[in-house]
Order: sequence, then structure tokens, then C-alpha cells
Amino acid sequence: MSAAARTLTHLDDLEAEAIHIFREVAAELERPVLLFSGGKDSIVLLRLAEKAFRPGGFPFPVMHVDTGHNFPEVVEFRDRRVEELGERLVVASVQESIDQGRVVEETGPRASRNRLQTTTLLDAIEEHQFDAAIGGARRDEERARAKERIFSFRDDFGQWNPRAQRPELWNVYNARVRKGEHVRVFPISNWTELDVWQYVAREGLELPSIYFAHEREVFRRDGMLYASSGFVERMNGEDPFVASVRFRTVGDMTCTGGVLSHAGTIAAVVDEIAATRVTERGETRADDRFTEAAMEDRKRVGYF
Amino acid sequence: MQAELLRLVTCGSVDDGKSTLIGRLLYDTKQIFVDQMEHIEETSRRRGDTYVNLALLTDGLRAEREQGITIDVAYRSFVTPRRRFQLADAPGHVQYTRNMVTGASTADLAVILVDARNGVVEQTRRHAYITSILRVPHITVAVNKMDLAGWSQERYDEIVRDLETLGLADLHVIPMSALHGDNVVDASENMPWYDGPPLLEHLETIELAFDRNLDGRRFPVQWVIRPMSDDHHDYRGYAGSVAGGVWHPGDEVLVLPSGRHSRVEAVESADGPLDSALPPQSVTIRLADDIDVSRGDMLADPLEPPVVARELDARVCWMSERPLEPRSKVAVKHTTRSVRAVVDELVSVVDIHTLADTPMPERLELNDIGVVRLRLSEPLAVDPYADNRETGAFILIDEASNDTVGAGMVLQVS
Repeated sequence: MSAAARTLTHLDDLEAEAIHIFREVAAELERPVLLFSGGKDSIVLLRLAEKAFRPGGFPFPVMHVDTGHNFPEVVEFRDRRVEELGERLVVASVQESIDQGRVVEETGPRASRNRLQTTTLLDAIEEHQFDAAIGGARRDEERARAKERIFSFRDDFGQWNPRAQRPELWNVYNARVRKGEHVRVFPISNWTELDVWQYVAREGLELPSIYFAHEREVFRRDGMLYASSGFVERMNGEDPFVASVRFRTVGDMTCTGGVLSHAGTIAAVVDEIAATRVTERGETRADDRFTEAAMEDRKRVGYF
Repeated sequence: MQAELLRLVTCGSVDDGKSTLIGRLLYDTKQIFVDQMEHIEETSRRRGDTYVNLALLTDGLRAEREQGITIDVAYRSFVTPRRRFQLADAPGHVQYTRNMVTGASTADLAVILVDARNGVVEQTRRHAYITSILRVPHITVAVNKMDLAGWSQERYDEIVRDLETLGLADLHVIPMSALHGDNVVDASENMPWYDGPPLLEHLETIELAFDRNLDGRRFPVQWVIRPMSDDHHDYRGYAGSVAGGVWHPGDEVLVLPSGRHSRVEAVESADGPLDSALPPQSVTIRLADDIDVSRGDMLADPLEPPVVARELDARVCWMSERPLEPRSKVAVKHTTRSVRAVVDELVSVVDIHTLADTPMPERLELNDIGVVRLRLSEPLAVDPYADNRETGAFILIDEASNDTVGAGMVLQVS
């Protein structure tokens, strides 16, 4: 087939863009770090980093901000995957931030460590003097994200100023930072949830088991299904029951809801997602529901 | 589903119904989810709108929702069974030339909105000008609000005649009512005289394969892979994105700016060797000879090489509040190479209202577009932007603030 007639698929195109971004960060910044949550987006990032740098090693460590309230399946997966890749893992612990008095644990049935992560993340960036944090955020997740740059600049306080973003032209990225500042870099900015799943299928990537339908004890709150765990206090009327669920996102157990599903394979999940009528975050993330501008507010103070 | 990706930019102001058009595209292709719809229904009610304001879908930041304007480029995705779309939504007010240049820089296609009642106005000419200097390969004009022009074919024909004088690349014109959904996704019953496709069908079927730059091999080296491990002791791979041409093993290579010659030993990805690579693939190239190549160098076709330049004339869109003046010093980032530059001369500036050139301006102000002669501290391997949208493009960076202050397109090399 002639090259002119050869069609690159949307996944080829998005993959090429992401690899290009990875190589730019590595080349232009001194101390990048790859943020890894154990979720599907950061698993895709690990694969893209392999595509960008193999047969060499990653020119950055992998960092997990550990709330201590994770799904155990995810922590097991994290350790195994990083070991297989032979890369360096840094764990930044929210529990340590609490023990050091940097943040105060929330209490009550709606307590979550999700908001506390920001301090732990910024402290770790400062401690290790990281000047770039590569993350798996996508523009389709939320309206504020749709306007964020791929190289998203943060000031000395880790804050994002949406009114003063650098214009981003062609594929020429301005990665310059001053000492104390850092840049968040989002190689899969232009991917959708469906693109991510299609890529997982194409590349044959392993995901933590909670992404697939399984029987689990859950309870209903605010129209979402939460996993029963020692980390969440149930309120009156929140009676637990067993259901077949899967998770669309992997966050802290205190703010991540599951969806009723019987999709046990990647292909079945792709079918369900292609047909879904509710956004990933709208369905399963309590943290975005607080105010209309919830994500924008958290991003301004330095959230992922 | 494996479909091609089409990147498009929409140009127009709130008054042209651009946000409504985008909302309509997303809504009619079922990209709007139930929770997003509930959200905008509720917000519309709270604001006292009498209809569900689809424009709210695209107005992301709080300041925009409060002021009812769009202040920055937003990027969003939608997909149909035939194609995957990446849309840059660039605000169209006069002071936001910068945003439109940004949105157009990556676009395969631009949708320019025209209000059927007003026809081709100054703003339309400005959008046409920007999309043409940015070399967006396909231009589609949506003649919107046809409902307010009595669905009139005469009016439409008149606007088409005016548009044809603007010299737009691959021009398609579609009469439309975004508010009522006519000719956005579904064909209009109100305009039976129009026999072309609705907008979405047009976007799904326009041919893209020929837009790729398959002449003149260009490969800016982004990163050198040197594992120095036991398994790959002598491995030395040049990683980057193909910026032009089709690369095969055995191809002759000129390395710039050093001017040394070699041959492609292998084209590979992390998954193994490739028969060939073309834009915009990210690959790794190994050379047959052990020569010194590093980030910022360009591998090129020795028969059609780029020009190695120390001085160049470029069209520049200035994006900073601090004006650009003769003798100003800036950093230039071109592909993977950064150099310093001094402004030798401001050759001309375009009056964005009349599109007439004024020679020898004293400065370029924010949102000005002009021609600038730059002298570089070190040579760059460049092509005219008209020949290659990657190797002819650069950004300007202020070394004091680190801000991106300009977008440059190479016109000619002196």
C-alpha cells in the first residue's frame, strides 16, 4: 500500500502526539516525575512512556500519591507493574502529611482524603524538587479541563491561573519554568474515556480487577454506589447490599462510586461506555459534585 | 471502531451563534451526557433563559459563565461512526486574534461562522485572513441564522459570491440554522434548494490523506535513546516525530546544521522495526554511521534539504502586552531547537480591519500580525511555512518572563 493511501487511525494520531509530549518533557525539564494512580489513564501513560523511551529506561521516576484509602487491588497492581517495568517508584503518603500536621483529617460520614492529596502532592514536588509532574488528566473529563493547556504552568504555590495561560501553538511546547515553579503535563489531554479503553484493548494492557464487573458489598449515597469499607462511615438508611459492579474511575475509596455492570471483559466495557449517557466523573466522582465550579476551584489551588 | 482524527477550529463570535453550533453538534451526535444536560438546563433556568442554552456547554470557566463570554481556547472531542473529531473553540472577538491563531495552528479544517443577516463582514475577512496565513487546508463557512433571513436562497447565493472573492482554500459553504438544527447534523427541510451535505456529513467525508506532507523528508531529533545496558550496549536511536516525507530504511540522510551525511539503518517503534514512517508518527531512527547527532539537529533528505538560516523573514502574530520593537531580543523555539534572536527590522504590520499592510511600523502590539526580520544567534534548518507547517513554524518566548509571546511563520530566508 502506498504511504499516501495509508490511513492513520485516531489512536495512531493520539498516540503519536502523546509520545511527542513525553519526549519534550524529558528533554526540556530537569526533574520530571510521572504521576501514577493505578487508574486506567495512568496505566496508559506507562505504556506511552515505554513507547517514548524504550529500549532505554524512563528518564523520570513514577510517583503515587497514596491516600491510604485505596482499593487494595490497586496498590497490589501498582507495585507489580512498576517492578515489571524495572522503573523507580516514589510513594507520597497522605497519612504522613496527617501525622506531620500538614493537613487535618476530615471526620464524619462524608470525610474524604481526596482534598488532602493536594498538600501531599505539592510537598512531594517541593521535597524532590520536581519541575514537571506528568499526569493522566483528559480534557473530556470536565469543563475547566477543556481549557487547560497540555503544558500547564504552576506558580510557586502550585496554583493554576486560567486567565494567564501560555498560548500553545502547533506541537511546539514552551516548557520553561523558573526555580520553585513547576509545570503539569498532560500527554493524553485530547483523549476521551472511550479512546483510553480502545487503546487498552488495542495494546492488550492489564488493568486492576475493579475495572471489571465483580460482586461487591456496596451502599447507595447521592445516587452513587460506594464500596463498603472501613474508610467510609455509613449513615442512617444506607444499608449495604451485594451487587455486580465495576468502577469507571479509580480514586480514593471515599469518593469513588461504582456502576451496576456485568461487563467482565475489555470488549464488553468498551460497548457499555460507547452506549453510556452519563460522564465518567458525573457518574462516579463525588468530589466534582460540591459546587458548579468544583474542579476549577481545586485546580486553582494545585490539585492534579 | 478505528477512525481517522480530524482536528478542526471554529471561528466566530457569540453573536454568530458559534457556541450554539458547537452545542448542537455535540447534542445531536449524542456526545452530551445526561448529567451535563441536566446541568445546563438548570443553569439556563437560573439565568432566566427561556430555552435550554446549548452555548453553556462550551463556556467552561467561571468568569465566562458570569460574563456570558468565551475568553480562551477550549478543546473538546466528539465521535461519529465515521470519524473522531478534536475541536478547538476559538473566541472571535477582535482582541482575541491570539486565540484564533492558536486554535488554527493545529487545525485540518476551519469552520467560519457568518450571520446570514450580516453576510461577509470585517470579522469574516479577518477569520479568512488568519486561517489562510496559518495554512488551514480546508475552509468551511457556516452561513448561520438562515431562519432569520427567511431561508432565502437569494441571500445565500449573494453571500457565497462574496466569499468566493476571499481566496479561501478548499471552500465549502453551508446554509444553516444552528438554533433549530437545520443542516448541522440533519438535512434542513426549510431549505430544499440546498443540495449539499449538512455540516457533520461534510466533516465526516472530507478527504484528509492528501494534506499530509509526504515530500521532503524532515525529522527533528527530539531525544537520543542510549540505554548503555548489557542488552543494548551500542544502541543509539534518534527519537522524534516525522515532520515531513516518508522515511524508510536505506534512505540517505543529511544531518543539519552539521552538514554530515549518513543512511537510515532502521526505522523503529518500541514494538519493533517499521517498513516506513510518515507524519505525524513518533518513531526512532537509527543511522548507519556513528556520527554526532543530538537534540535540536534535523535529519533531512539530502536532495531536498531545508535552508540553514541565520536570518529570516517571518510573519509574526504578537501575543504579549509588551510590544515587540526593533532591537528586541527574544528566544525562538523551532521544532526541537531553541536559539536567541534579535529583531533587525519590523518590515510591515497588517491593519486587521482593512487587511492592508503598513510598512515599517514602530512596534507590534498585542494581537498585531506583521512581517519581522530576525537575526539568529545560531542557525536553524527551516522551510517556508507554505511548504511545511512544522519546519516553517516557531514560537517566540520572552526570556525574562518565560511567557510565549509570539507565533512565527517563515516566509523566506535571506
